[in-house]
Amino acid sequence: MSAIQPIAGELEPHPDVALVDRVRGGDVSAYDALVRKYERQIFRIAQHITQNREDAEDVMQDAFLKAYEKLDQFQGNSKFYTWLVRIAVNESLMRLRKRRTGKMVSIDEDVETEEGSVPRDLADWAPDPEQNYTQAELGRVLEKTIKGLPPGFKVVFELRDVQGLSTEDTAEALGLSIPAVKSRLLRARLQLRERLSRYFRNKRGAKK
Amino acid sequence: MTCTEFLALLDDLIDDSVAAEARAELELHLRRCGHCEVILNTTRKTIEIYRSHQIYDLPAGLRERLHAAIMARCKKGC
Repeated sequence: MSAIQPIAGELEPHPDVALVDRVRGGDVSAYDALVRKYERQIFRIAQHITQNREDAEDVMQDAFLKAYEKLDQFQGNSKFYTWLVRIAVNESLMRLRKRRTGKMVSIDEDVETEEGSVPRDLADWAPDPEQNYTQAELGRVLEKTIKGLPPGFKVVFELRDVQGLSTEDTAEALGLSIPAVKSRLLRARLQLRERLSRYFRNKRGAKK
Repeated sequence: MTCTEFLALLDDLIDDSVAAEARAELELHLRRCGHCEVILNTTRKTIEIYRSHQIYDLPAGLRERLHAAIMARCKKGC
């Protein structure tokens, strides 16, 4: 080996950086590209926190507008998406606080749920259990199952497992420590598994 | 390895971030413990289902409304 190869991706700027630069230069279509890229993800985060479709729509709009206005404050040392998520999470929490007038809602509150993290349902699931449901039914089951989780658990699960962010990026986006992200992720995964077991457990096997 | 110790490393196992030595212990435990095997498989399936059936789809028209709002804001000063 004559030279040390750079680690892939380390020196390459993130494609969002170029889009952000274009927006700063006055090209609004570049901001449209960022919106299209992240609108679904931001909407889902807002839905998870607010649990209300209208609020989520407002949050998504406010978050993208706020990000647009504050773009000068965005520093290239964090990723645009993690910065955007942070804005969307704050907007969602503000909306939720307004709705629940005075009741504190926080993402970093470490909630001890009744379910804890000890698996109780140890029955195996049917093979491809989702096949027993129509798309619409499955959607309702998944929504109902995740709805009851604390907001911090839902958002960590959404960012890490559904959107595929790293633990570090999730921590940065939510203003949480890495151990806090890890602990919420484990509990979110186990609690969702436990709840989904009610629908997906192998009924034939259980009867035997 | 006990089931509690297994659970403590469950996420690392799912995320494929376990050191070789610990992995061998986890695999040994899995061969002996049917319950932990179910927990691992069904937790993996939980993640897979949520990843492939994304909930809360974007409402129709929201993108257009957002675009219009951005353009309106932009005309005011950008």
